[in-house]
Amino acid sequence: MSFKDIFNPKSRKKYITLPPPSEASSPHIPGFETCPQCGSHNNEEQLQKSYRVCPGCGYHYPLTAEERIWMIADNNSFLELDDGLMTADPLAFPGYAEKLAKVREETGLEEAIITGKAEINGEKVIMGVMDRRFLMGSMGSVVGEKIVRIFETACAEKLAVVLFTASGGARMQEGMLSLMQMAKTTAAVARFHQEGLLYISVVTDPTTGGVTASFATLADIIIAEPGALVCFTGPRVIEQTIHQKIPEGFQRAEYLLEHGMIDQIVHRKEMKQYLSKMIALHSWSDKQ
Amino acid sequence: MTYKYSLDFEKDYQEIEKKLTELKEIAQNKQIDFSHEIAALEAKLKEYKEKKYNTLSAWQKVKIARHPARPTTMDYIAAIFDEFFELHGDRCFRDDPAIVGGLALFNGVPVTVIGHQKGRGTSQNIKRNFGMPHPEGYRKAVRLAQQAEKFKRPVICFIDTQGAYPGVEAEERGQGWAIAQILMQMSVLQSPIISLVIGEGGSGGALALGVADRVLMLSYAVYSVISPEGCASILCKDVSKSSEMCEHLKMTAQDLYAMEIVDEVIPEPLEGAHINPNQTYKIVKEKLQLHLDELLNQKMDDIIEQRYKKLRNIGIFREEVFIE
Ligand SMILES: [Zn+2]
Repeated sequence: MSFKDIFNPKSRKKYITLPPPSEASSPHIPGFETCPQCGSHNNEEQLQKSYRVCPGCGYHYPLTAEERIWMIADNNSFLELDDGLMTADPLAFPGYAEKLAKVREETGLEEAIITGKAEINGEKVIMGVMDRRFLMGSMGSVVGEKIVRIFETACAEKLAVVLFTASGGARMQEGMLSLMQMAKTTAAVARFHQEGLLYISVVTDPTTGGVTASFATLADIIIAEPGALVCFTGPRVIEQTIHQKIPEGFQRAEYLLEHGMIDQIVHRKEMKQYLSKMIALHSWSDKQ
Repeated sequence: MTYKYSLDFEKDYQEIEKKLTELKEIAQNKQIDFSHEIAALEAKLKEYKEKKYNTLSAWQKVKIARHPARPTTMDYIAAIFDEFFELHGDRCFRDDPAIVGGLALFNGVPVTVIGHQKGRGTSQNIKRNFGMPHPEGYRKAVRLAQQAEKFKRPVICFIDTQGAYPGVEAEERGQGWAIAQILMQMSVLQSPIISLVIGEGGSGGALALGVADRVLMLSYAVYSVISPEGCASILCKDVSKSSEMCEHLKMTAQDLYAMEIVDEVIPEPLEGAHINPNQTYKIVKEKLQLHLDELLNQKMDDIIEQRYKKLRNIGIFREEVFIE
């Protein structure tokens, strides 16, 4: 199965022929890659087979949104939604338009999230996947709007929502419009919950700031990938602002599980099975 | 009058005011008639101040919003409400002094009041953690808001914080989780909510008390996704660019009113709330009453629907519709 097969043929053409990420922006270089955790040299082919997880130590390499969709959605099932949403520069913030143009070209992405309808082992879902290559997965007006539409669509079609988060927080170049996306997405999640539908969030490395403090942590079930950093204030900011020592493993998935902040840690190779089983469990009454 | 803390642009005219007072004293003591000269000087000073305050930069407004003598939540509570019963604790971990809350009478109507609380002076500020809440502060706020819902009381929030506390313990206890919860609970709370930004509204820690049916802001208050200093250090790697970033972030009450994020700007006395607190309390009380009356005349279902619609529509983007 090739990468592009995952996208539904009815989906927008521009995403079917999505160019491979360029070397500069991609977290992986063709050939070999050094594992940031154990230092072993993993070759590209091997990594593709192992879900981009280091065979030596289990380090989960960051994924692009496309790679994530490819690993989770059934072949030909992904139909992108709301791909006509484009980021404006509402505050005419210095450097923002240039940054957007550059990152669009580097990644082929329009924004920091791709949303769509998909099937996971036959279970229909509305799915959203954030991509940290796009301005650190920060949330501005478009990300907020796409998240809200995910929940609205899922309400209308009575489907479960699965969201993969990765974000540096609010998009400061959109000022208060960004901050307000926290309240906007949260309000949409509240309405979704009132419909009795399932929301699973998978928090991936790193999920921080305004995304942690809004929709990411309001799911019925919060799953993390091993080693994922999930926090409101990141360790570097804590060190710089109040000069506190950071405990080992602080704010990582394993620490969060122990501290009661997440439901489960799921390895990437088991993620698809886990999600489909969980969704099936929740649609039990519909199938009677 | 002596000023313990003066901002650079306050010092200019405070010096002149001091001299003017001295001149008046001399004139009185020596029985010399300087009344014409004094009147002329006063008129000139007034004109100077008006010009100065009508053209304040965003950065100067930040300075006023952070002024150590600026009235805090507890000052408003004492001045505006007839009675206040402070209620403590989140029932899980501890009472967070950076958020105060309780039950009050507002012109005879019982209301729930919740606000960030900065301290005055070093020891008070340490106790109050400079108004920067831990998760238990937000959990206390949710508890009190849900109590308001149960007893069908409106909720009035005061926003005044640099932000949620960026510390290890706060993170350990789920800062992000707590803020997400209060945002969600307030978005569906079956009670009218009014939020007033009285000083500094910093990031998610401020927004946590900002999901409301009416968001009001004092004219020199600021409200931002990130502090100007934080923005300058991240984007420019240079904190000296703070005043510049401050303009770009569009964080003043006037900017946010234009962007329809804030419903009304409440005018402060010309030189700021700290120079004439009583005048500030008076107008705040009047405005709160007006908005509360409007909300109390609406059906709760309509209020909730409007609250959602207002939040739902925030965001500026383009949308291209493709034709298959
Ligand atoms: Zn490794």
